[in-house]
Amino acid sequence: MERAIEISNITHCFGNKEVLRGISLSVEKGEILGLLGPSGAGKTTLIRIMTGQLVPSAGSVSLGGRDVTQARQDIWRQIGMMMDDLGFYERLSGFDNLKLCAGLHGVRTEKIGEILKQVGLYQDRKCPVQKMSKGMKGRLALARAVLHHPEFLFLDEPTSGLDPAAARQVHELILGLQQEDTTIFLTTHNMVEAEKLCKHVALLHEGTIVEYGEPREISRRYNHRNQLRIRLYGGIDTELPNTADAADMICEYLKRGQIETIHSTEPDLESVFLELTGRRLEEA
Amino acid sequence: MDKGMDIRNSIFIYKKQVKDTGKNMALLVQFVMFPMMAAIMENAIHLEDMPEHFFVGMFAVMHVGMAPLTVTVSIISEEKEKNTLRMLLLANVRPLEYLCGIGSFVFSACMAGGIPFGILGGYEGKKLAAFLLIMAAGILASMLFGAAIGIWSKSQAAATSVLTPVMMIFAFLPMLAMFNKTIAKVANLAWSQHIQLLMNSLEAGMAVQPKNVIAVAVNILVAAGLFLWAYQKKGLT
Ligand SMILES: Nc1ncnc2c1ncn2[C@@H]1O[C@H](COP(=O)(O)OP(=O)(O)OP(=O)(O)O)[C@@H](O)[C@H]1O
Ligand SMILES: [Mg+2]
Repeated sequence: MERAIEISNITHCFGNKEVLRGISLSVEKGEILGLLGPSGAGKTTLIRIMTGQLVPSAGSVSLGGRDVTQARQDIWRQIGMMMDDLGFYERLSGFDNLKLCAGLHGVRTEKIGEILKQVGLYQDRKCPVQKMSKGMKGRLALARAVLHHPEFLFLDEPTSGLDPAAARQVHELILGLQQEDTTIFLTTHNMVEAEKLCKHVALLHEGTIVEYGEPREISRRYNHRNQLRIRLYGGIDTELPNTADAADMICEYLKRGQIETIHSTEPDLESVFLELTGRRLEEA
Repeated sequence: MDKGMDIRNSIFIYKKQVKDTGKNMALLVQFVMFPMMAAIMENAIHLEDMPEHFFVGMFAVMHVGMAPLTVTVSIISEEKEKNTLRMLLLANVRPLEYLCGIGSFVFSACMAGGIPFGILGGYEGKKLAAFLLIMAAGILASMLFGAAIGIWSKSQAAATSVLTPVMMIFAFLPMLAMFNKTIAKVANLAWSQHIQLLMNSLEAGMAVQPKNVIAVAVNILVAAGLFLWAYQKKGLT
């Protein structure tokens, strides 16, 4: 597979505080990579570096084979970003905000309507940004990020603060973009989101990647207990080892029609993270 | 600033600013306040031995002293605070393109606000052209000081705290100078004072004093220097 994003040995210090320590990661073309980590882990800092907004203390990033630190301005044409610190003109409508960006990127005006329909903001296109809800602004930010059909998309917590319905809409959009071969790098605190969207996830903790892989595969790897958790009708919970020894017993339950639910005990990413770091992802 | 500039980007910024200012009462007021006050006072108040078009001259100086300065500071510092400037730069707008877009907007809008003064003053033909030229020089100086303050300041609040004294000095010194000799001496350093003197000579039909022209030019150079210095130190982010 073609490597679209290649991060090698990125280290970054703010003053004498080392925020990122030797990060290396690669993302394939058309893949969604999720960077997971608690608040302050350095997620936004890494995105800043990858998008050429911040020059790292050491290491390099290449997008499509080109070094970001060398060719910053040129690379911005191929990048879309959704970040907290990219503002809107609050008095202007969503449409007018996008119109300015369309002009700057040389995108046809008709495209604005199409994108606004995709993010469900077409009805409200004349609404000034200052009157929009947080969810609407989030969707507008995503619309702006993809307006010029970038090859690389960087989404910094794209669904934070969105209600479940708005988040689902954003998820669908992201998956749709992936279908069109956009390479997507996103950060999140949300495990469910990561499992749903990302081919690979990287867990960032105190400036280093503590785990990397496919979400399911990571969970399997941390399935130390390897049990089957069975709930029987009548509210009885039981656990059996996930081995041949338990087969007869399970078979018996099945024959008697006693099983209400049955699950394997592999942990979710949240628990893996907790095990690795002693910290929860979403803690304040 | 690399690879020169794309004038289309400046035009996009200009258009954006027209739309945004149209929805921003606080800024709109800046453009129309002094022309309106001049029109009202000129028609309402007539005192014995008051020079002809007294209010036109006074408010015209305040207009060029205040409007370009406050509007430029307000636009740039708001763009910084609301992170829209950051967005523009990441959309490949070069700093020079941005500054040209905003600069040409402020200049043209302030000049449009200046035309009523010319009409109220009863200027025509060559005299009107000379009047507008004086205004243009004043607006340029005022705008450059504003851009320097806007670029230098971290936030809107910080910008306002620098803006207020600077504005007082430039907009009101010429008026106070009319009543007090000591103030007049200090005011001699401010370009707005010389704009006032240039307008007075024009009104009186006298020849333009080279020293006034030089003083305004020096002020423009100083403002441009401050602007470049602020830009070197702080950039646009
Ligand atoms: N400009 C800066 N100057 C100094 N320190 C900074 C700067 N930006 C970030 N930091 C520090 O670097 C660390 C990582 O910050 P970063 O914003 O990358 O975290 P994050 O993972 O994005 O967190 P969150 O989930 O809260 O957005 C934090 O400790 C933060 O205080
Ligand atoms: Mg962050």
